[in-house]
Amino acid sequence: MDIYSFLIQLLNGLQYGLLLFLVASGLTLIFGIMGIINLAHGSFYMIGAYMAFTLSSLTGSLFVAVVLGIVLSVVLGIFLEWALFSHLYHRDHLEQVLLTYGLILVFEELRSLIVGNDVHGVNVPAILNWSLPLTDTLSYPVYRLFISAVCIVLAVLLYLLIKRTRLGMMIRAGASNREMVQALGLNINLVYRLVFALGVALAAFAGMIAAPVSSVYPGMGTGVLIICFVVVVIGGIGSIWGALVAALLIGLADTFGKVLLPEAAGVVVYLLMAAILLWRPEGLFRRV
Amino acid sequence: MTRNRTALAVVVAMLALFPFAGATFYTELVTKVMILAIFALSLDLLVGYTGLVSFGHAAYFGIGAYVLGLMAPKYEAASLWLTLPLAVVAAGVAALAVGVFVVRAKGIYFIMVTLAFAQMFYFVFHDTAFGRGSDGVSMNFKPAAEIAGTAIFDFANVTHTYYFVFALLVLVFVFLRLLLRSAFGRALQGIRSNEHRMRSLGFPVYFYKLASFTLAGALAGLAGYLSAMQFGYVSPELLSWHQSGNVLLMLILGGLGSLYGAVVGAFAFVALQEIFQSLTKHWQLLLGGTIVLLVIFLPGGLSSVAGRFRRSVVGEPEDDRG
Repeated sequence: MDIYSFLIQLLNGLQYGLLLFLVASGLTLIFGIMGIINLAHGSFYMIGAYMAFTLSSLTGSLFVAVVLGIVLSVVLGIFLEWALFSHLYHRDHLEQVLLTYGLILVFEELRSLIVGNDVHGVNVPAILNWSLPLTDTLSYPVYRLFISAVCIVLAVLLYLLIKRTRLGMMIRAGASNREMVQALGLNINLVYRLVFALGVALAAFAGMIAAPVSSVYPGMGTGVLIICFVVVVIGGIGSIWGALVAALLIGLADTFGKVLLPEAAGVVVYLLMAAILLWRPEGLFRRV
Repeated sequence: MTRNRTALAVVVAMLALFPFAGATFYTELVTKVMILAIFALSLDLLVGYTGLVSFGHAAYFGIGAYVLGLMAPKYEAASLWLTLPLAVVAAGVAALAVGVFVVRAKGIYFIMVTLAFAQMFYFVFHDTAFGRGSDGVSMNFKPAAEIAGTAIFDFANVTHTYYFVFALLVLVFVFLRLLLRSAFGRALQGIRSNEHRMRSLGFPVYFYKLASFTLAGALAGLAGYLSAMQFGYVSPELLSWHQSGNVLLMLILGGLGSLYGAVVGAFAFVALQEIFQSLTKHWQLLLGGTIVLLVIFLPGGLSSVAGRFRRSVVGEPEDDRG
């Protein structure tokens, strides 16, 4: 592998890892703060990608589609939290697993009813549809760099939101002691609703910006969900920082695994998870 | 208690006589349900009695099935005496290997890690040449059960397969019943209700959990083998997480922590599936919606439905004790 192909794989790995981080950060926040295991989180990624497809073919612009999609996914998040997830806070994990498993079936079937089961492509916006030449034969698509940049900006914003704002303070307080927060007169239910909507929006956004690269296909949500579980397990439940490190690790391991060990590509990330579990059963990092 | 016994006897007798009454289609359907019941029983040992919610149990079912699929020769029948024990052992060994990693994990962690490892096995069969890829493997012959050259079961015969599976279901049921009444089984149930206490009493909790996980995997492998035998076909979908989700759903439908419940749950699940499939092509929507409503509107009391289910399906008498 020469230096340029290595660079390309490295950039691909980072870009994949950063996208995973967007999905996994919502997942780990919902685990860490609300104590809920949400199997349907991958569905939000899938819904985002399908929104990018339908809305961009309706409006003719991916940017408009993304803006509309974010609004819709926040509304969806608030609705789901109000209608379903708020009933789950004091239930055991088994019931959470079942309800969210049922939700996956519902979302997948609705997707098949509304959009069908075909694979669809989404166009890269014209302004980003060019490549950066590396050598005479190799070049790197700018859209992928754009994805990475957007994800990094979002990661920084998320960090600032949690560490530097009043809402972030409430989120951290809610994570460590729900009853105390309530006793102090803060509206913990509102915090939960916002965190959940934030998680849904992040996952849907990841799906939307990934759609031009990965295309849009049935079952895309479940693949991402399980990889994000691996990310959360490696990073430590509830740790945003852990999710970032683990997502990059998985992104790189998966990308280079596919190049170096194509036979075992599907298995590499799970072996990595097993190794880390053996070393640190609680994950690399604990807590927000 | 005596009423329970009578009800049980009636159910066993009904199942034993069923092939005489039903058409071939129903004999095959009930065979499939009994295989799922063995699968559900194996998971009940983990979820209902050891308190470990595994969301990756389909992996061991699939491994058991693949042992037959990969070992079956192209032009002759595989030997039942060789492949069946091997399927059980292979699934058990896989569960042991995964168990070493996962039984230390708790709660949400355990759920996620079992799912992730199951997905790993899925990819082993889906992606590698060893697993023959996403199309799966078709078998040309049913396994042969011969003693000294004479076939004692003919698995091409629907009724023979039915009785073989029925006998194994009864065996697994009785085995688990005895196991749960043994000191080992009591310890597992102790771990479910209070792990810390069991640990401070000096029980090696880790090894008990590991043994339970391994045994559950091995029994799931048995169910998987039977399924491969019945359908003559294996594919990576056997290991998919839908399969893991569905078997959990069977336990919930039948009521957790009751061996009857696991069996009833398998029947209830297939009945639901058949009804929904007859209504619409998009039956998963109905199934998913039903699960969601079930969890929302019956807080903690899924067993209350289970009780009603059990009474109406098994014909247990109404609870008139109080």
